[in-house]
Amino acid sequence: MAPNKSTEEPVAAPASSQEDETMEEDVALQEADAANPAIYNLGDSRIQLLPGGDEFNTSFEFQKEDHTLGNALRYIIMKNPEVDFCGYSIPHPSEALMNIRIQTFPPYTAQEALNKGFEDLIALCDVVADTFTTERNAFAANQESQMQT
Amino acid sequence: MARNTIIPSQVVIEQRKRVGIQLETVTNVSGTDFPGNYPDEDHAWDVIKFAENFKVEFHTLAPWDASFSLIGLDASVANAFRRILIAEIPSLAIEWCFVNNNTSIIQDEVLAARLGLVPFTGNRVGLLDFLKWYKKPAEGEEKVEGTDYNTVVLDLQIECTHNKDAARNERDPLKKYNNAHVYARDIKFIPFGRQAEHFSGENAIRPTNPDILLAKLRPGQVIDIQMHAIKGVGSDHAKFSPVATASYRLLPTIDILRPILGQDAVKFKKCFPAGVIGLETVTKKEAAQKGSGYEGHEGEKKAVVFDAMKDTVSRECLRHEEFNKKGEEKVKLGRVRDHFIFSVESVGQWNSDEMFLESIRHLRTKCESLKADLADLKMKGT
Repeated sequence: MAPNKSTEEPVAAPASSQEDETMEEDVALQEADAANPAIYNLGDSRIQLLPGGDEFNTSFEFQKEDHTLGNALRYIIMKNPEVDFCGYSIPHPSEALMNIRIQTFPPYTAQEALNKGFEDLIALCDVVADTFTTERNAFAANQESQMQT
Repeated sequence: MARNTIIPSQVVIEQRKRVGIQLETVTNVSGTDFPGNYPDEDHAWDVIKFAENFKVEFHTLAPWDASFSLIGLDASVANAFRRILIAEIPSLAIEWCFVNNNTSIIQDEVLAARLGLVPFTGNRVGLLDFLKWYKKPAEGEEKVEGTDYNTVVLDLQIECTHNKDAARNERDPLKKYNNAHVYARDIKFIPFGRQAEHFSGENAIRPTNPDILLAKLRPGQVIDIQMHAIKGVGSDHAKFSPVATASYRLLPTIDILRPILGQDAVKFKKCFPAGVIGLETVTKKEAAQKGSGYEGHEGEKKAVVFDAMKDTVSRECLRHEEFNKKGEEKVKLGRVRDHFIFSVESVGQWNSDEMFLESIRHLRTKCESLKADLADLKMKGT
């Protein structure tokens, strides 16, 4: 199981004689998970609008993101027929910032395009994970039966 | 959208996916599957279409080593998975070394850096679920005491002595002395608190490779170091990276355009790694076929492609006139742009296949958390 998933359900501490102790421990566990660099959504919003442009021509600034998300998001947003232009950049290598520029065909807004980009990427991840798991299980089963014979 | 959507034929689609490889140049490098790129064709994102075309093929599956093909993906997404595997999936590594004594030839800080890079393994559930994050103090802040669920204590205590039983004229230091070499296996795990529940016996936290040489000693020299290991990510330091390698390459293609026969076929086979090109005999039927290029060559050897996946795309065959004469090219090399042959080698804390699934999950959580952030967008500086 993913360590970064455990915010919602902190690992149950072994039976403790005192209730308070468990409570304290849970809080401590959650605080510890806040230190997990893979979990970001606990603090402020990590996306900001950059000045200039309008709702159809917008630049978004992402904190603590890089090429990993930038390029994947750029690709999936470019697959949207309502989008005229999409590009991303890392303004400076020593700042953990990533900018995405989206220009759309009105009345479709850039923010809608970004939102759809996230949704599409999530859907893509689900398909990849499902197919991967099925194929992996089939391969493992096949491997096992070959070992037995 | 488009008034009459044109659906390109399968041949055209395959052709668009092909990256061309010539002697000195590559062609058709970037994907063109975007809306508006081809008039009246529909290239909008569609999960159902994607799910229909997306394929996974496994080649090897072992705990420390997995190889598989992802087919039908864009490079940007495949690259995101690869980058996440290397830099964003957490693993345990030594972060602090408390040097009580070190009289060896290797300096404290150098030894500490070496210790940090030693990969550890242990109970999967314990490492991934039980162990949490240790909040590193900010600069100037004091180090907070670790607890059983975020710090792993390890100990290295070793002293080199003379081996009394060794022959008088023994020259081999390993026989002449005890503990002349310090190996990763000499690092001892000290469980405390609830750690004993998860990490005991064969599940104990231990170096993945016990034979890593850490230092060399001579009689009288001592190393006594206590270490604290915590969870971290590869973007902070390479020692936290859970993979030895996580890489992909595109599927190579070899198309033989004109028959390669006789001695040429033997030479052609030698241009490739073993198992890529095979030799077959030209049959009577082939020789009888007009315009096939096989006429009158019955019984001769001909080159055929056995397994293009094994090719390293060295382009050696293109250097020879007989295969690559201008206007009479006998072979065409290429790669399939959306066929990624992944190779993921875990360093001990994850199963390679589980780790890849984790990278997918990671990208997904990233998107979800950022999607939630869209709800209150603010202008920068306000």
